[in-house]
Amino acid sequence: MKVIEVENLTKRFGSFTAVDNISFSVEKGEIFGFLGANGAGKTTAMRMLCGLLVPTSGKGVVAGYDIQHQSEKVKASIGYMSQKFALYEDLKVWENIRLYAGIYGVPEKETKERTDMLLAELGFEKEKESLVKSLPLGWRQKLAFSVSIFHNPEIVFLDEPTGGVDPVTRRQFWEMIYKASERGITVFVTTHYMDEAEYCNRVSIMVDGRIDALDSPSALRREFAAASMDEVFRHLARKSKNNGL
Amino acid sequence: MREFRIFVQKEFFHIFRDRWTTLILLVLPVLMIILFGFGITTEIRNTKFAVYDPSRDAATQEIVNKLESSDYFTLDSYLSSPGDIEQLFKEGRVGFVIVFGEKFYQSMLHTGDAKIQLIADGTDPNTASILTNYATALINTYQQELFASQLIAESGKRGITAETRLLYNPTLKSAYNIVPGIMGMILMLICAIMTSVSIAREKELGTMEVLLVSPMKPFLIILSKLVPYFTISIINYITILLLSVFVLKVPIAGSLVLLTALSLLFIFVSLSFGILISSLVEKQIVALLISGMLLMMPAVFLSGLMFPVESMPQVLQWFSHILPVKWFIIAVRNVMIKGLGFSSIIKEVAILTGMGIIILMASIKKFKYRLE
Repeated sequence: MKVIEVENLTKRFGSFTAVDNISFSVEKGEIFGFLGANGAGKTTAMRMLCGLLVPTSGKGVVAGYDIQHQSEKVKASIGYMSQKFALYEDLKVWENIRLYAGIYGVPEKETKERTDMLLAELGFEKEKESLVKSLPLGWRQKLAFSVSIFHNPEIVFLDEPTGGVDPVTRRQFWEMIYKASERGITVFVTTHYMDEAEYCNRVSIMVDGRIDALDSPSALRREFAAASMDEVFRHLARKSKNNGL
Repeated sequence: MREFRIFVQKEFFHIFRDRWTTLILLVLPVLMIILFGFGITTEIRNTKFAVYDPSRDAATQEIVNKLESSDYFTLDSYLSSPGDIEQLFKEGRVGFVIVFGEKFYQSMLHTGDAKIQLIADGTDPNTASILTNYATALINTYQQELFASQLIAESGKRGITAETRLLYNPTLKSAYNIVPGIMGMILMLICAIMTSVSIAREKELGTMEVLLVSPMKPFLIILSKLVPYFTISIINYITILLLSVFVLKVPIAGSLVLLTALSLLFIFVSLSFGILISSLVEKQIVALLISGMLLMMPAVFLSGLMFPVESMPQVLQWFSHILPVKWFIIAVRNVMIKGLGFSSIIKEVAILTGMGIIILMASIKKFKYRLE
């Protein structure tokens, strides 16, 4: 079953085409890597899928809803974690969870029970009453991810979720992503780390607003006769007009 | 509604968990009204003066006594030569010097050309003119009393005496002028500056993006931001009124209901301003600068709080018309100090309402653009 279907999606800002006629689809439960150099159009494409930007032309269906006309329903079915740290530092851990759960309409009683379960799972029981600003960055990112899937969305969009995080925490973070995918949550992730691209079921690589490659990491390595995703990426990025690397 | 409640609560946490924000919102207004109310004063009290008096006769003695016995002036010293005058001003020891002509009493009685010179420090023109006005008034009083008792005027001439009476603020207390101004400044500070900074902060931290991706309506996000600042504005409004009535002794001459309605209208305008600014900028510091420079500075200088707008260049006078706070201060003066009714502030209310609607519409439009 496809949870994201995009056909000829285009976004222009004035004369600049940020996203140029892209088409792809994502299966339920898949971990979909969305790669590209800075300025390649990743964020713009992702924002259209989240209902933040209106496409100039083309069609997109996310979680069964049209992104142009049913953006409110799209928003209710997805989770989102931005590249900036998005929890409130001056709120306590449980207050952050309650805030986002409240926004997404998770009932109060269920929120209470699941907050304790979640904190136990993360090993954060002692930090329930701590202000988020007192937590180390890695912990915060894990907490932010847990919060973004707290309401059991169909799809979670992660915009460079592991930026600035140490390798051990990154590893743990990806374990959390796998768990979410096992629960049936589709993961749509952008990243700069090419080793992380290897963890994805399939990756797409954007160059100058177009999708230049889309397949599983192993198939892409074969196609470009490359030893790693890093090589594949560099091979494609070299073709870019504005050469973001 | 639950999400709205949680959200409003979150905003209060932001305010009360940050010590400085709490201080600014609740203590600063009290400090401002006390500082401005007592500190910035256009009243003259116990100003020192020196006298150069070559005559030393009954009349000059009487005038000096008259000045000294008033609340305004205290005698510093008698000078032995006019050359000392400049030195006195350089040391800053006295507010003004009074110089009598020679044979003062004789001249007054016979030739009618007795001369008094008042010398004041013109580097502070406001104070200088107030000082010399007060002194002149006292000297005139003396003259009239003298004429009345000694009937010098029986020769026929009785001069015209202008008697000045100041309405609404009979004792010339500057607090009457300060309170409406401070009220305008504080309400604007809290509503416009704090709101715009708080929204800009969410943008800067990236939480706004997450909120916009969520199913929560942008309208509700903004509304929940406004609730705490609105509440705090009301608290401050009450504090200011209590302080001005009981501490500064400025009574509320007009209707309290009307004054409150007027303030609510101004709070609405200022909140709209805050939203508009925050929809234009991405960073807290920019929000702070824009609201500080664009709203506060002109508010202080052009609203008539410190300097009369009427004496400013034409261009600045036009500019002052676009400041909501100016109209608010005029209206508060009319209601609170002069005790006038609604009919006296129709123009101000209409202008403020118009401004509020225009600003709010502009900011809603701007906010929607950001989502496209």
